[in-house]
Amino acid sequence: MHPAPSVIVFTVLSGLGFGFLAYLGAGLVVPPAGWAAFLVWGLGYGFAVVGLLASVFHLGNPKNAIRAFSQWRTSWLSREGIFSVLTLLILAPVALFEIFGGFPLATLGWPGALLALVTVFCTSMIYAQLKTVPRWNQWLTPVMFMTFALTGGAILSGFNVLSILLCVVLTAVLVAIFNVGDKRLADSGSTMETATGLGKIGKVRLYEGPHTGTNYLMDEMIYVVGRRHAQKLRVIAVAFAAILPALVMLIAPEGSLFGIALALIFHLTGAAAARWLFFAEAEHVVGLYYGAR
Amino acid sequence: MTELPQKTDRKLGLVIDLDICVGCHACVTACKGWNTENYGAPLADMNAYGEDPSGTFLNRIHSYEVQPSGGGCAQTVHFPKSCLHCEDAPCVTVCPTGASYKRAEDGIVLVNEDACMGCGLCAWACPYGAREMDRAAGVMKKCTLCVDRIYNENLPEVDRVPACVRTCPAGARHFGDFADPDSNVSRMVAERGGMDLMPEQGTKPVNKYLPPRPKDRPAAAPLTPIADVKATGVAGFLDRLLEKL
Ligand code: SF4
Ligand code: SF4
Repeated sequence: MHPAPSVIVFTVLSGLGFGFLAYLGAGLVVPPAGWAAFLVWGLGYGFAVVGLLASVFHLGNPKNAIRAFSQWRTSWLSREGIFSVLTLLILAPVALFEIFGGFPLATLGWPGALLALVTVFCTSMIYAQLKTVPRWNQWLTPVMFMTFALTGGAILSGFNVLSILLCVVLTAVLVAIFNVGDKRLADSGSTMETATGLGKIGKVRLYEGPHTGTNYLMDEMIYVVGRRHAQKLRVIAVAFAAILPALVMLIAPEGSLFGIALALIFHLTGAAAARWLFFAEAEHVVGLYYGAR
Repeated sequence: MTELPQKTDRKLGLVIDLDICVGCHACVTACKGWNTENYGAPLADMNAYGEDPSGTFLNRIHSYEVQPSGGGCAQTVHFPKSCLHCEDAPCVTVCPTGASYKRAEDGIVLVNEDACMGCGLCAWACPYGAREMDRAAGVMKKCTLCVDRIYNENLPEVDRVPACVRTCPAGARHFGDFADPDSNVSRMVAERGGMDLMPEQGTKPVNKYLPPRPKDRPAAAPLTPIADVKATGVAGFLDRLLEKL
């Protein structure tokens, strides 16, 4: 799948933002009233909103984006939109109380925290639901998205021990999803033979494509170029997203702003690399019609 | 509404005969023409006269070579591919705006372009590559089964079939109702073993493909007798001489 920058920014930043908002809503982090609380909540809202806005850049016809809230019955993308807005609305009074009153509002805070996590889950299901992309179509996909959100949130919250623990979990999840993912296409049972129905005769090969140039399908779903450096990028992704932030959190004193910032920069770099791979390595079964994968 | 209908009264769709298609692309051109001039945003071409032309098409012809597992000559199969109007259409349920829908009356899967936001998720959900985002209009395009022809009373009756079916010079494409067991298409499917593409994807396609008939096998080594001709006279002498060298 084509790793569009807008979608990478969207999933990485909104995941981080909603992850952090979950910690804030649950009252695990209570910044002192006034500017400090304003900045801390602003950070959570900022990441979430910038992420959501980035997703709009991916649309061919954004003027109809408002309609995306209508099909929650069947569409994970619609659910994601609804839950993200609900989260931001429900947590707004919580943020205001902390900024001006200096105390957490658990009545709305806890439901808000839960909704924030549900939002991240819905984002992950947009990908995990697709049978056409076997690498995504597995339960490790939501686990990976949730772990990223919780890890990023823990780092931003300045919880050293929790961050280190979650970084260890994240390492395991990434290693698992890389390895299980590699077998998913073969396990899906889809081949050029099933795609064309010609398997009963014998082995199929593409002898002439439908067109000499490229097309939307090939640009969007058959992204082979990026797979060349996949192995190196996997190492970079794990090192930056999990191992380096864990080391920083191990050395830095609890609550050190410098430590948090450094760990966060490492983590985001790694998260972007991991998300780029998530798309670039994903094989869509339509590639089989083009003799590619 | 992106909920799929429990059942559709009719199941309109196509039968594509892989034994007959000659890969001439006439249906591709007819489809592009009809769907550019009629319903919805025209099917755009990008950089049509430049170095890397590309464009939106709702029907494309791939060509494959199949090597029979029991030996014999490889078979060339021209393979037209367009929306299969699946019963369990994953492209419909993923749509967040409600632009994609499957009609309860005839099972046709359509996009309401006025509601589409161009997110492309439906194209990701389709295993067959049957949906293409129009890069000029920014909305999703797909085969409409020529819904603006098949019910169009302004057209002569013979033209009330999809443009691709009407155009095919080889007669490789057939249009009909799969819900009626006596329809032309249902009978063809029964007789020739019509098949689903990628059944493991669970989409339950309505369109069916008729497999190519097995090819004749060439007789064993037909050229041997000719190569075995014994030279006589001077040629024979030279032949024997050269053999000894
Ligand atoms: S072929 Fe693709 S676009 Fe057509 S109904 Fe099936 S899944 Fe949807
Ligand atoms: S591209 Fe349009 S039709 Fe397809 S899922 Fe998005 S809004 Fe629905």
